[in-house]
Amino acid sequence: MTGTPSRRRHLSALRTPLGVVTALLAITVLVLAVVAPILWTDSAKAVDTDDILAGPSAEHWAGTDNLGRDIVFRTLVATRLSIELALSATLIAVVVGLVLGVAPQLLGRRAGRLVTASINIAVAFPGLLLALFFAVVFGIGATGAVLAIGLAGAPSFARLVQTMVAGVVSLDYVAAARTAGVGRFRILVRHVLPNVAEPLVVNATIGAGGALLAFAGLSFLGLGVQAPAYDWGRLLFDGVSALYVNPGAALVPGLAVLVTGLSFNLFGESIAKAVGVPTQGTALAPRTVVAPRRSTDHAGPATEAPVGGTDDVVLDVRDLEVAFPGADGPVQVVRGVTFAVRRGEAVGIVGESGSGKSLTALAVSQLVDDLGQVDAERLRFLGEDLLTSDTAARRKMLGTSMAMVFQDPMTSFNPTRRIGGQLAEVSRHHHGLDRKQAMARAVDRLGAVRIPAPERRARQYPHEFSGGMRQRAMIGMGIMGSPSLIIADEPTTALDVTVQQQVLDLLAAIRREDDVALVLISHDVTVVGEVCDRVLVMYAGRIVEDLPAADLATAGRHPYTQALVAAVPSMDTALDEPLAVIPGRPVDPADVPPGCAYAARCPLATERCRVEDPPLAGDERGRVACWHAGEPIEPMQLSTTRTDVP
Amino acid sequence: MATTEALRAAPTRTRGAWTANPWVRFGARRAGRLLVSLWVLVTAAFLMIHLIPGDPVRGALGRTASAEVVAARRASLGLDDPLWQQYLHYLKGLLTGDFGTSLISQVPTSEIISQRLPATLWLALLGFLLAVLIAVPAGVAAGVLTRRGHGRRTELGFTTTSVVLGTIPDFMLGVALVYVFGVQLDLLPVAGNSSAAAYVLPVACLAIGPAAILARVIRVEMVAVLQADFVRTARAKRLPSARVYLGHALPNALTAALTLSGLLLTGMVAGTVLVENVFAWPGLGSTITSSILNKDYPVVQAIILMYGLGVLVINSIVDVSLALLDPRSMILED
Repeated sequence: MTGTPSRRRHLSALRTPLGVVTALLAITVLVLAVVAPILWTDSAKAVDTDDILAGPSAEHWAGTDNLGRDIVFRTLVATRLSIELALSATLIAVVVGLVLGVAPQLLGRRAGRLVTASINIAVAFPGLLLALFFAVVFGIGATGAVLAIGLAGAPSFARLVQTMVAGVVSLDYVAAARTAGVGRFRILVRHVLPNVAEPLVVNATIGAGGALLAFAGLSFLGLGVQAPAYDWGRLLFDGVSALYVNPGAALVPGLAVLVTGLSFNLFGESIAKAVGVPTQGTALAPRTVVAPRRSTDHAGPATEAPVGGTDDVVLDVRDLEVAFPGADGPVQVVRGVTFAVRRGEAVGIVGESGSGKSLTALAVSQLVDDLGQVDAERLRFLGEDLLTSDTAARRKMLGTSMAMVFQDPMTSFNPTRRIGGQLAEVSRHHHGLDRKQAMARAVDRLGAVRIPAPERRARQYPHEFSGGMRQRAMIGMGIMGSPSLIIADEPTTALDVTVQQQVLDLLAAIRREDDVALVLISHDVTVVGEVCDRVLVMYAGRIVEDLPAADLATAGRHPYTQALVAAVPSMDTALDEPLAVIPGRPVDPADVPPGCAYAARCPLATERCRVEDPPLAGDERGRVACWHAGEPIEPMQLSTTRTDVP
Repeated sequence: MATTEALRAAPTRTRGAWTANPWVRFGARRAGRLLVSLWVLVTAAFLMIHLIPGDPVRGALGRTASAEVVAARRASLGLDDPLWQQYLHYLKGLLTGDFGTSLISQVPTSEIISQRLPATLWLALLGFLLAVLIAVPAGVAAGVLTRRGHGRRTELGFTTTSVVLGTIPDFMLGVALVYVFGVQLDLLPVAGNSSAAAYVLPVACLAIGPAAILARVIRVEMVAVLQADFVRTARAKRLPSARVYLGHALPNALTAALTLSGLLLTGMVAGTVLVENVFAWPGLGSTITSSILNKDYPVVQAIILMYGLGVLVINSIVDVSLALLDPRSMILED
């Protein structure tokens, strides 16, 4: 852990302004601790009876104390004792903490648990309280205070060591060493301690700052250093009693404590940040929040053939664009998408991840987070223009007529609230039902999505539901209103295969009953082909083909459509052959080539494809954007085996 | 959590119908942990007097006290009995509300505590309330303003301010407050608790640091929660923004904040000791300090016990609130 990479990481802490400033301050204080008593002890001792408790003057910058001694010199000289005491206390805390922390590893299960339990009890008590307890036991004075603060700091170090040791011991190579019969002590010395050393030193730096402040606290109470010796806390204690006469007597030692304490503390923190070491503070924060998924989709305008409109159009999207701010200006992830969904129609959107299909759905439902820039020539849902500004009436309309089903049912429910309440909320807000009525509707809807014992289930929390049930409950949330459109973004991806079918059947049943339209986003060509009437194939933020679902398997005209279909293994795929994949990589949205975005991966690509972007041209069979639409492709050219992929 | 492992081995292995209920198991486990901690606390308080090197009575009464007086006081305190007998006597005393008698003033410590405890309780409670009242709105607002991709400068300013305020020890803040509002501006009383105005500085002094730390944590949690899938679900329900932030995001941001606020509150209980000394507050904190200096050990023992009890009660309340707020936390440690 002490090799060059580690040292480099330490040095990187010095590149941050905070790291530099705090490091310089800490070094200055350490130098002062050495030289100040040598240089200024006499000046600090000099009694000036003519100048007792004087305010600041040219002679005494911060005034004098009750014996007429210079405050600045006394503060400077006190540096050594203050630092010595703080470092001794830290040393005690670290050593005792280390011993207690590794003890469970050495002592075996039963005694180890006892130590662990004791540490846990001790950690619950605030350090100051422990310090007071030990100060009573060890007596008032510098020695007692060092022991008190050291022992009071030990439990949190013990907890830290324990956490780190547990982490190291569970590593494979340590487990292997143990299985091979290496003794506990040897494992500790060879494997555990070297791994624990670095974080411990960093935390000791932070702890030294804390010890300094704690010492000032004890001295301030009169329980620390006793006269005639003096540290900063003692000077502060004396200064406070003279606060009305000469505030400088409290201010200067106070500042010394504060600046030194903070610089040790923050220097330690900035190293910890630079090297990624856990600190006592971060070790105990439980994280229940799921990391956000970043969407890395694509960009470039495109002209697409308008869709013939009739009265039963539920969703009408024309030239939809979504852009996100990137390092070099906005990155366009959806580049002009035009489509319409009719009443009762099921439209699938397929494409690789990054093709912009999910963002298209989010943009249509007005749920792109506010960093995303959504633009469209037209965006209408049930005749209502969604491009105008948001109103309460619009929210009500969307809340009751457009249902959303998201990919991961595990994270899409609020973990802190009961399922029934989360469903009922829709009706309470949009239908004006009271709590009881809304809950009754929620129970009814849970029953409608075939959740057994809905009455009881409504009172449960999301974590008490299985994945499939949660997804059904999510659909139930969507039909709290009377939706005309369900937008489902990979609704079955996170579920296992048997449950997938149940969810798809449920969606189909709901659609049949009320003639509800569906937009189903999926990377699973088979599912889309089975459920949908029509399929939109997206590539690099554009629709490249729009075709009847029945044609998907055999009559796709765009080479990308055919490649997607070919990449799905079927019953007659030879089991001993490698799975087929589409060669090359999806386009980076920040760097879309001129011409057809698929050209680089396309077996039919010609010079024209690389220069001129093909428009999405409509005919009686659908729409397709390809200069070579419908040209035959050799099966061997269409896809490649997995071994070819870098 | 590892603490419960040792305890869990002890209770019934055979699970009846009622032990299958997670709330019952949770309650039993917490009660067990509380009892063990309580026993450790009481025993530590008892042993404190016996760990002190030398004769505590001689120490308290000073060198000038005659040998007869010291011997008599020792006998009246039962210090000459065998240790186990003293321990039993101590436990019996605690159960009957007898916390011992002051070596100096001869007043029963239970009387001293009942006089001094309310002032400290008020100080800690008001301080905590103020800290929460500052931290929650500030943290939520900062979280919303600095959510992903927003308010870089706001974030920097907020974090810097809260780090600095959170690291200044409360007694130094107290001295500064006394200097500014008492000495310089002469606006507010700086000692005692005889008027409402006298509460302002001590309560503020106690609250500012924890408020800063808490607000920082709430901001970080809010920023993380606002990116969670369920917040998107809440938006998909087309709820008003306030409902999304306060009804859905905030409760999830609070679980971490609550864990921390338990630590902060226990820290504030201890912090009252220093703050009371700065503002001459007539509570337990100023009493324990003077008692330590006077070597009045029974009083110190009783007050330490009170502080420890306060810490245990706070921790239990926090654990239960956590389980109510986020039922997963109860299951997770099972």
